[in-house]
Amino acid sequence: MGSFGKKIEKFWDIFYYHDGYTKVVTGLYNTVYIAVVGLAIGIIIGTLIAIVEVIPKYKRLPRILNGFCRFYVGLFRGSPIVVQLLVAYYVILPLLGLNLPAINVCVLVFGFNSGAYVSEIMRGGILSVDVGQMEAGRALGLSYATTMMKIVVPQAVKNILPTLGNEFIALIKETSVVSFVGAADLYVAFSYIGSNSYEFMVPYLVMALIYIVLVMIIAFFVKMMERSLRKSDRRN
Amino acid sequence: MIDVINLKKNFGDLEVLKGITTSIKPGEKVAIIGPSGSGKSTFLRCLNCMEDPTSGQVIFQGVDIADMRVNINIHRRHMGMVFQQFNLFNNKTVIDNIMLAPVTIALHDLRTKKIKNFFIRIRNLFAKNKKELFEINTTKAQIKAEAKENAMRLLKRIGLEDKANNYPSTLSGGQKQRVAIIRALAMNPKVMLFDEPTSALDPEMVGEVLDLIKQLADEGMTMVIVTHEMGFAREVATRVIFMDEGRIVEENTPEELFTNPQNIRTREFLSKVL
Ligand SMILES: Nc1ncnc2c1ncn2[C@@H]1O[C@H](COP(=O)(O)OP(=O)(O)OP(=O)(O)O)[C@@H](O)[C@H]1O
Ligand SMILES: [Mg+2]
Repeated sequence: MGSFGKKIEKFWDIFYYHDGYTKVVTGLYNTVYIAVVGLAIGIIIGTLIAIVEVIPKYKRLPRILNGFCRFYVGLFRGSPIVVQLLVAYYVILPLLGLNLPAINVCVLVFGFNSGAYVSEIMRGGILSVDVGQMEAGRALGLSYATTMMKIVVPQAVKNILPTLGNEFIALIKETSVVSFVGAADLYVAFSYIGSNSYEFMVPYLVMALIYIVLVMIIAFFVKMMERSLRKSDRRN
Repeated sequence: MIDVINLKKNFGDLEVLKGITTSIKPGEKVAIIGPSGSGKSTFLRCLNCMEDPTSGQVIFQGVDIADMRVNINIHRRHMGMVFQQFNLFNNKTVIDNIMLAPVTIALHDLRTKKIKNFFIRIRNLFAKNKKELFEINTTKAQIKAEAKENAMRLLKRIGLEDKANNYPSTLSGGQKQRVAIIRALAMNPKVMLFDEPTSALDPEMVGEVLDLIKQLADEGMTMVIVTHEMGFAREVATRVIFMDEGRIVEENTPEELFTNPQNIRTREFLSKVL
């Protein structure tokens, strides 16, 4: 037990007196930032793909778009996110001659990746909305796009909210690989503390706790949001 | 008002409508009756192209709306439709259900006019013969206020003004259907299409919905109504169409058709339902 106390002391020394906490705060911020903005991008891309997939395919344009969307989804679901990150950062960016900060690359890759997964979730959500809702909108003279965006998608989102919450939690967890391209996340912060105190037990334990608490907080908010959205289902 | 000419509809290999020709005059109340699967709903849904006809014409106010090149949304604004399953927007309150289409469409038109005027102004800077601008005599706020006022007036009419801010899930079936009817009325349609508006209702709620439809009929609304309520058809309709196997078998005034059916299939059907 004595040695564990010593380990905590070492951890605290670096964490508190040698700037460790600013690294942890930055890491936490980056982790949440990548997940939040990534999910936002993912929801936009995913919704667009899902709509393309459910549009009636009489005409040529929807068919071409659909083919493209399938390719996109296959691409991003068919490879690990670490590989996508590495390819984006070390292959695509240099080829394009672009020089983006690692954190922005991560946001984009996580956004595109999540778009592929959200599209499947969203498609299920849209199909779960009664076709009568679309028919009622169209019968009033509203366009397909308007009815989709104002009536069907909001109900679809409500139906899939718990699943989207899980997608967000999955994203938070997956961000732990962003250090592969040099973005500073929680892992980077706690490795810094560990290597400066020559002691890794406490830092990684604390890191694990932070992830767990983070996920629990998000799960709580998802529940709250679900409840408030459900008010349109309740009798009053 | 609506002229249907040799209308046919296939679902894959199944020929559901086998050439229907009829016309609906302003002020008429047409009831469509017939056995299950005879194509009544499909016919009604072809009138506003909810189903695209396979061939034939549906001429509404002089335009063949079955032609895939016309912008159907513009014509549907003038045709109200009421569904068996009500289909109120679940994510909107009662008043928003009623206001959504009038507001969205008016705002869309306003935006279109503004954009057009913008280009006309630019053109007028260079061209000698000045083009006139579209007149804009309303604002976003005004459009919303008017739509709200109209919606509240309609809600009062059916005695549901206190439900304005409730969600549809809190209403009874009869209330839902009456809201669905005034939602269609809020667009000031020229004709109303009803597909078995009372079939999904508990018996005690059928009356309130039929009463509302009757009121509309008395006010002169042109309507086409698919129904299994023979008493109602007899009372309200000015003409009854009997359909079987995708064809109009017989059409006549309700007195004639119900008391003196000419066709054997009409007779058989009526003997079963009356
Ligand atoms: N979307 C569709 N796809 C394939 N077949 C369809 C479709 N809609 C209707 N049908 C078929 O077309 C035929 C006519 O259907 P329709 O709904 O018009 O009949 P109906 O006279 O309204 O019957 P009911 O009194 O039961 O409502 C039926 O055989 C039905 O199975
Ligand atoms: Mg039917």
